Amino acid sequence: MAAENLLKVEAVETYYGNIRALAGVDVEVNKGEIVSLIGANGAGKSTLMMTICGSPQARAGSIIFDGEDITKLPTHLIARRRIAQSPEGRRIFPRMTVYENLQMGAGLDNLKYFNEDVEKIFTLFPRLKERQSQRGGTLSGGEQQMLSIGRALMARPKLLLLDEPSLGLAPLIVKGIFEAIKKLNKEEGLTVFLVEQNAFAALKLSDRGYVMVNGKVTMSGSGKELLANPEVRAAYLEGGRH
Amino acid sequence: MTASTETGHPNVLAKAVREGLFAGVIAFFMFLLFVGIETYQDINNALVWRTRWGLLAIFVAVAAVGRFLTVGFIKPHVDRRKLAKAKSGVLEISENKSFFHRHFLKIALVFLLVYPFLSLLIVGKQGSLKYVDNFGIQILIYVMLAWGLNIVVGLAGLLDLGYVAFYAVGAYSYALLSSYFGLSFWLLLPMSGILAALWGIILGFPVLRLRGDYLAIVTLAFGEIIRLVLINWTDVTKGTFGISGIAKASFFGIWSFDTGSANSFVKAWGLSASSVYYKIFLFYIILALCMLTAYVTIRLRRMPIGRAWEALREDEIACRSLGINTVTTKLTAFATGAMFGGVAGSFFATRQGFVSPESFVFLESAVILAIVVLGGMGSLTGIAIAAVVMVGGTEVLREMSFLKAVFGPDFTPELYRMLLFGLAMIIVMLFKPRGFVGSREPTAFLKERRAVSGSFTKEGHG
Repeated sequence: MAAENLLKVEAVETYYGNIRALAGVDVEVNKGEIVSLIGANGAGKSTLMMTICGSPQARAGSIIFDGEDITKLPTHLIARRRIAQSPEGRRIFPRMTVYENLQMGAGLDNLKYFNEDVEKIFTLFPRLKERQSQRGGTLSGGEQQMLSIGRALMARPKLLLLDEPSLGLAPLIVKGIFEAIKKLNKEEGLTVFLVEQNAFAALKLSDRGYVMVNGKVTMSGSGKELLANPEVRAAYLEGGRH
Repeated sequence: MTASTETGHPNVLAKAVREGLFAGVIAFFMFLLFVGIETYQDINNALVWRTRWGLLAIFVAVAAVGRFLTVGFIKPHVDRRKLAKAKSGVLEISENKSFFHRHFLKIALVFLLVYPFLSLLIVGKQGSLKYVDNFGIQILIYVMLAWGLNIVVGLAGLLDLGYVAFYAVGAYSYALLSSYFGLSFWLLLPMSGILAALWGIILGFPVLRLRGDYLAIVTLAFGEIIRLVLINWTDVTKGTFGISGIAKASFFGIWSFDTGSANSFVKAWGLSASSVYYKIFLFYIILALCMLTAYVTIRLRRMPIGRAWEALREDEIACRSLGINTVTTKLTAFATGAMFGGVAGSFFATRQGFVSPESFVFLESAVILAIVVLGGMGSLTGIAIAAVVMVGGTEVLREMSFLKAVFGPDFTPELYRMLLFGLAMIIVMLFKPRGFVGSREPTAFLKERRAVSGSFTKEGHG
């Protein structure tokens, strides 16, 4: 099966002022895949996420999404190409209710599919349905993460970017969220690009993975391969099992 | 045991005495120079001083006794009530509100509609000038300004300290265009709104990247720039002299309110000449303009642009990642807010008949912003109440001549207006840190509308 390419990041360099955060990164995501990007703190994982979204923009290299060059597009236009993001730190709208947060996600289609999509989100995350008229800011961390993913899904994305969905959450909740992602991928063919520090859980879930060190991709392969790779194990997996 | 909690625990009383004394000492040193010593110029223009120990003693006593009562009795009482409430499990948002509470808006609107005639009935033509003009129109102008600023600050979360600039643009647009080109009020009213909106966009562009404190400083500067231009562009604006003799609004071109004109309103209706009819007419115009502002705000909040404003206030990055164009969102917020400011400004010009840069100082921006914050950012009802309290309050303070009996014949209450005003603001912010109406009404809901209680919000963040 010749995998159809959805996102192609080629030789991308991103700078914060004069500091180079990404030093020529190549990443590919095919349609229907779950791809994860793992690496230590400060490796540039989140920067790559943000660069795909155009904030900051890449100074060199190209980002091709669905056959279109989106490297120099402003963020909101990239989002309108159906790249939805659940950003690092979740960034839900704290004063708005859960329901309104989801509504904000559906703004691209002017709420055309809102009712049917919101039902889908509530089936996926029943907790959100219970909390629908509560303020986003009063939710627990896990519920906020569900809301952040739910809000991104409301945009009917072709590609879902998840930045550290496990950040600061209890293992049981992380498991639930990862199961939901898996389900979306299996049942709806949603393409997911995932940044994680929780390398074990991420690689187990993923079709393929990339390892990032100091702004460069140093290793790539299928999730299973990377999980079995001694270097990866030493650096990202066993190190965490003290 | 129960008895001691009823009357106040001995420990509490001891603490209250201690804190009361402490507050007295602090008050003594704080007011020693400000109140205890008064400077004045004698006949030779030399600066001399005299002491006012009596007044100082009053200040100190008020501080000490006030603190004693607060710590010893008021706070334990409030705490007990809160505890009892928490135990009984009754939520702050109660379902069975009183009749007045439920129909508050309708009652308020009906009251406003009959207000001019009510005052005519009660205090007569001459007396109602004050009530319709100084209270009614004055307050409604501020309601409209605050509702306009609410779009920028309350909904879009862009802190604007130079809002009075748009008010000035509107006022001068009307004053200049009507006196140079003789255009009518009804044409210039929307036009000043549009001009002010243009200026809103002009201000919006350079500040697109700014937020919070930085934005506040730039908008503050913008307000000052407009004022300085008005002062120094003497050829057009006549500088500090201002523009006088601005045309009155006509009754939609049918009748004029100028005395002596052929189609005068008083003549047409066979009334005795009085300026009160014009004031009543103006009252209804500003009431209609306020209603328009409220209607537009409520409608916009349910539309994509209004939702985008609120989302922008919450989180700009999340906004962009959801495909919202933050540039146009900010600009429309500035433009819409500025437009209402401009319309209010042109109304102000026609009502005063005179505009000068004096009316558009920073203090005005501060008052409007204070109304928005006191009322509860985003809440139209709260802001209207705050406008009544703040503007009406300062007007009432003008007439506190009975205070002379307390403080002696030299006491001029007008001088203390701002002091009392500041004190009132501090007290309100201490007890209602989210403003009069701290809850936010969701614009979307599945089954039932439920106000989102303010108690869940971080203080100082709306």
